[in-house]
Amino acid sequence: MSTALLELRQITVSFDGFLALRDLNLSLQPGELRAVIGPNGAGKTTFLDVITGKTAPTEGDVVFKGRSLVGTREHRIARFGIGRKFQSPRVFEKLSVQENLALAVSQPKQPWSLLVGGLNGEQRDRVHHLMSIVNLQNRADWAAGSLSHGQKQWLEIAMLVGQDPDLLLVDEPVAGLTDEETDLTADLLKSLAGDHTVLVIEHDMEFIRRLESPVTVLHQGHVLCEGTMDQVQADPRVIEVYLGTTEEENQ
Amino acid sequence: MFQAFQQRRWPLIIFWVLIVAAIVAAPAVLPVFRLNLLGRFLSLAIVALGIDLIWGFTGLLSLGQGIFFALGGYGAAMYLQLNSSGDLPNGIPEFFSLYGVNRLPAFWEPFHSPLFTLVGIWLVPAVLAAVLGNLVFRNRIKGVYFSILTQAALLVFFNFFNGQQKLINGTNGLKTDVTQLFGQMVGSPEMQRGFFWLTSVVVILAWLFLRWVVRGRFGDVLIAIRDDEPRLRFAGFNPTLFKTIVFAIAGGLAGIGGALYTVQSGIVSPQYMTVPFSIEMVIWVAVGGRGTLVGAILGAVAINYAKSLVSEALPQSWLFIQGGLFILVVTALPEGVIGWFRGDGPRNWLNRFGIARRSETYPRLDLEGQEEVQS
Repeated sequence: MSTALLELRQITVSFDGFLALRDLNLSLQPGELRAVIGPNGAGKTTFLDVITGKTAPTEGDVVFKGRSLVGTREHRIARFGIGRKFQSPRVFEKLSVQENLALAVSQPKQPWSLLVGGLNGEQRDRVHHLMSIVNLQNRADWAAGSLSHGQKQWLEIAMLVGQDPDLLLVDEPVAGLTDEETDLTADLLKSLAGDHTVLVIEHDMEFIRRLESPVTVLHQGHVLCEGTMDQVQADPRVIEVYLGTTEEENQ
Repeated sequence: MFQAFQQRRWPLIIFWVLIVAAIVAAPAVLPVFRLNLLGRFLSLAIVALGIDLIWGFTGLLSLGQGIFFALGGYGAAMYLQLNSSGDLPNGIPEFFSLYGVNRLPAFWEPFHSPLFTLVGIWLVPAVLAAVLGNLVFRNRIKGVYFSILTQAALLVFFNFFNGQQKLINGTNGLKTDVTQLFGQMVGSPEMQRGFFWLTSVVVILAWLFLRWVVRGRFGDVLIAIRDDEPRLRFAGFNPTLFKTIVFAIAGGLAGIGGALYTVQSGIVSPQYMTVPFSIEMVIWVAVGGRGTLVGAILGAVAINYAKSLVSEALPQSWLFIQGGLFILVVTALPEGVIGWFRGDGPRNWLNRFGIARRSETYPRLDLEGQEEVQS
């Protein structure tokens, strides 16, 4: 297990006595694609907050590339190779699609280098490449705020990829997308796995099934079980806490 | 952004030609009194530009720019006082003798040097702004809490300066109009004309400098901080650093504005650090248009000119007019006057009278269809 890219060791997060996460263990191998599901309040988003440094764990340790992330500030964690897509799309609405992506691919992210120069040729190519991946090349100069919900989701995924992180944390990427867009998103995430490690949090079971990835089920801040989608769906504990209600949907 | 500039190129060029012509011609046309007022208002425009940078672009509403403004003013006044007191007893400014001070306080010493003064009037406020700003920003204090802290800091400085007779003549302030510079009296018409031109040039340089700052990715980061700072952190940027830098720039500009204002109004006093004055600075920017730069200049000059004209005619009514103006901007022109012109304002207004065609809900619909077919 020493080769794990990310390892969460006995993470506990307490908000005034309420345990959002308790004794959570999880490890991700390099290049892995992993889905995390769980009913509302299972601690999925808190779990991402802990990894990205937004929330400090009350107990336990987060180890990424062999280094503890606890106490590291968000922008340093991001530079260290962890990118995050938020639940509702969060793009910079007053900036254009191109400007949003330019910020994501900028390297280094220091004030002086942003002030004195533009993007270099390679970075410009990457911006164009990213726009073509998510089908926004015709919208390059549109303000991100004028995009549709699905386009914003994709723009944010493109920004995430543009940061070139080793680990992508993707929170509900298909919320509010059409079926067609959902399929395209699943293909996009599958194509990213391998070069990147991808962790997806989602409610949409069909989408998770399409990812064909191992699934981790969270319940009340704890890992309930892990396995393939079929194994997980067959697990009586999971049916009890979560999937029971979606049984009819799956038939 | 660049395209938007090209589309509006010709009105901009005409605008700037008129501005430059006005600056060159002003001393010949305006009486000395009016010219001096205009010069002062242009100094205030420099402060307003800084506020536009931190508020309009970065979302930091500072109600304490008076601190930096006054520091710049004191720097200039201390140099001028020292420069003119060689013949006085002890070689120190006259007011010290009123309080029985015989030796120059140590912090006055560097202001013997014109070079130090020229650098100090912007560097001292900028460094102070960077230190204060960093302390606040690193603790992630923002929004209204930041505004309250800046106002509290302003009051602390105001009270301190007010009470220090033995250091800087306390509430009386430092007079500059009877001091000497280049062998001439600072308050003389010739000097004042020179200061007017100097101020005009500095306003334009400050405007060009800030355009350079907000153009490109640095400016995009500022807008991103204003709109969604936490998101920017997860993209690998450190907002604290960027905020500290722009707050320091705004502080430096306020210092320059304060120095130019002082030499043209003839005195610097703790009155420059009153709460209402710093709030007025924010109103100039709000009325002119946040995030437009030109709006800050126009707002500062136009409102102050209106203030002086109204105050001459109807001495009691200015505060009501200023309040009304602020209410009008908040309710009807949230983007300010320049923001209204740059946005859909004129078109909507013409619509109302049936002159312009209504814009389609989806103006790009036709174009989009073609794109889809091609791809």
